[in-house]
Amino acid sequence: MLQISGLAAAIDGKPILRGVDLTVPSGEVHAIMGPNGSGKSTLAYVLAGRADYAVTAGSVTFDGHDLLTMEPEQRAAAGVFLAFQAPIELPGVGNANFLRTALNAQRRARGETELDAVQFLKLARAETKRLQMPDDMLKRNVNVGFSGGEKKRNEVLQMALLRPKLAILDETDSGLDIDALRIVANGVNDLRGPAFSALVITHHQRLLDYLVPTRVHVLAGGRILRSGGPELAHELEERGYADIVAEAA
Amino acid sequence: MTVPVETGVAGFLARYAALRDRLPGDSTIRDAAAESFRATGLPGRRDEAWKYTDLRGLGAAAFDEPVSVAGDSALLAGVPGIEAPRIVFVDGSYRPELSALPPAFDVESFADTPDFGNLARPDREPLVALNTMLATDGALLSVPENVDGGTVQLVSIATNGSGRPIAFHLRHAIRLARGARLTLLEISVGTGSYFHNPVTEVHVAADAVLTHIRLQDESHTAFHLSTLYAEIAEHGTYDSFALNIGARVARTEVHARLAGPRSVTHLNGAQLLAGQQHADFTTVVRHDAPHGTSRQTVKNVLTGRSRGVFQGRIEVARGAQKTDGYQMNQALLLSPDAEIDTKPELEIFADDVKCSHGATVGELDAEQLFYLRSRGIPDPAAREILVRAFLAEALDAIVHGGARAVLESSVEAWWERQAA
Repeated sequence: MLQISGLAAAIDGKPILRGVDLTVPSGEVHAIMGPNGSGKSTLAYVLAGRADYAVTAGSVTFDGHDLLTMEPEQRAAAGVFLAFQAPIELPGVGNANFLRTALNAQRRARGETELDAVQFLKLARAETKRLQMPDDMLKRNVNVGFSGGEKKRNEVLQMALLRPKLAILDETDSGLDIDALRIVANGVNDLRGPAFSALVITHHQRLLDYLVPTRVHVLAGGRILRSGGPELAHELEERGYADIVAEAA
Repeated sequence: MTVPVETGVAGFLARYAALRDRLPGDSTIRDAAAESFRATGLPGRRDEAWKYTDLRGLGAAAFDEPVSVAGDSALLAGVPGIEAPRIVFVDGSYRPELSALPPAFDVESFADTPDFGNLARPDREPLVALNTMLATDGALLSVPENVDGGTVQLVSIATNGSGRPIAFHLRHAIRLARGARLTLLEISVGTGSYFHNPVTEVHVAADAVLTHIRLQDESHTAFHLSTLYAEIAEHGTYDSFALNIGARVARTEVHARLAGPRSVTHLNGAQLLAGQQHADFTTVVRHDAPHGTSRQTVKNVLTGRSRGVFQGRIEVARGAQKTDGYQMNQALLLSPDAEIDTKPELEIFADDVKCSHGATVGELDAEQLFYLRSRGIPDPAAREILVRAFLAEALDAIVHGGARAVLESSVEAWWERQAA
C-alpha cells in the first residue's frame, strides 16, 4: 500500500530526513518510534503534503500513485489521513460543518454521492457516541477551547468519519489519560482490516499495548535504524534509543 | 433650462446662500458652521485625521438639490430589514407613508423640531460643519426613563430620481433617558451617484443601554461619510456594530465619550471591500470617568484594488482610573493590490489603567489552510471557509439575532457578487 524509498526532505534548507526506506503493506499497523528531533513529524507532514517541507530525494508510492506529485486534498481523497500532533484551531468554523464539508469533498473527488445534513448528522452522532465524545463537540468551533485530549479525540473522530486507507497518527497518544488512550486505540482498531493500514508515531510503548503493531521501526537522525516485531517496542521502553543510535554511528 | 451647478466647497456654500432663510432651526448655528466650512473647505490629505482618505473626488463633484419624490412603497422592496417599526428617509426626507413608528416612545423629525444638540463639533470636523449648514431632516428618537423601546429601524434610501447626483445631510439624535433601552438597526442603501453625509448624536443616560447596528450598503458610486457623537453616563452602555459593504468612498467616524463611572462602549465593525472601494473606520474613545470599559474589534476583508483604513484613538483622562480599553484591528488582504492603513493611538493620563491595542494584517493562515486541505477540501473552498470564518467571528459580536441575520445576508450577497 505505502512504499517509501530513499526519502530525503528538508525545511528551510536544513535536511531532516536522510533516506527513509519503509514499506507498509495493506492491513498492517506500523509504529515509528525514536528520539526527539529524529524526523518523525517531518515524515508525517511530508506524506500529507505540507508545502514548507522540500523533498530532496526519493519516492513515495501509495496504492500505485506517486504521492509526492499530489496536492494535499488529492492525497486525502485517495485515502491518506494525518492525525495532527497539534490539531489546528479554526475559530468561526463549526465542527459539524467542517466534517461534512471534508467528507463530501472527498466523496465528490471519488465520484460518490454527497451526504445531506440529516444523513451526515446521523453518522456523526453515531461516531461521537462510539468515541464517548459529548454531542456538543459537533456544535463547537473546530478545536477552539478544546482540551488537549478533546483535540486528539476530534482527530480520531475525523478519521472515523473519513475512513482512510492509510492513517498516520502523529503522537496522537501524547497528553491522553489511560481512558482516552484506550478510546483512541479502539478508534483505530475498529478501522483495522485488509484494506486499512496505519503508521503510528509515538514516544511511548503504552499506546502499543492497546494498538498492537505489526512492525516497529526506530527512526533516528532521519533514517530507519532498526525494524522489528512488537517486542522491539518493549525493548526500547527498557533500554532507550542510545544503543541503537550508537550502533548505527 | 439647466442651471449650471458649482462643484465642491463653492457649490455647497452657494446652496447654503440660496437656502439659508428657508432652513429649519437656529440660523446663528448654521452661519457659524458655514464660516467654519468656508475657512477649512473639505478635509485634505494634509489633515492628520484625513491622511488616508482622499476626498478630491467629492470636491470635484457637483450635486443637485434632491427632488421630492412620492413615497412609493416599492422603494422598500429589496431593502434589508426585519419585522419591526421603521423610520424611513428617501433622498434625505422623512417619509411618513413608508414608516411605521414605534409604539413605546416619541419620534420627531428634525424638519419639525430642529435640534443641533450639544455634542457635534462643526468647528473641528468640516463634514459636520457641512451637515450643520445644510441639514434639513433627520430622526429624533427619545426613549423615556425605564422604557424598553424595543427594536427600531432607521432607513435611508437614495433613489437617483432626478438621474443626477444629489447630496443630503441627515441629522439624527438618539436620546435614552435613565434606565431606557433601545436596539437601533440603521440601514443605508441607494442607487446611482450621491453623497450621504449623516451626523448622529447619541445620549445614553445612567443605566441605559443602546444597541446600534449599522449596515452601510450604499451604491458603489456613492460617497457615505458619517459622523457620530455618543456620550454615555454612569453605568450606561453604547454597544455598536457597523458593517460597511457599499459606497465608492466611505468613512465611519465615531466620537464616544465615557462620561460617567462604569460606563461601557463597544465600537465593533467589519468592512468588506472590492474593486476600487475605499472605507475608513475612524474612532475616538474618550474615557473621562473611572471604571469605564471600551471594546473595539474591526475586521477588514479586502479584495481587488480596494483600500481599508482604521484609525482608532483611545484617550484616558487623568481621573479615569481603572479604565479598561481594548482595541483590535484585523485585515485579510485577498489580493496583492489591496491595501490597509491602520493607525492605533493611545493617550493615557491616568496611572492605573489597562489599555491594549493590536493589529494583524495578512493573508490566510498557512497552517489552517493546510489543515483543511489535508482533510480533502480543495484549496479555493478552504480559502472561502477561512474568510467566512473571519467574518463570522466579527458578526458574533452582535447579540440581536434578527439584526445579525440582516448583516449575515448582506455578507452572503457580497460573497455571491465576488463569485459572480
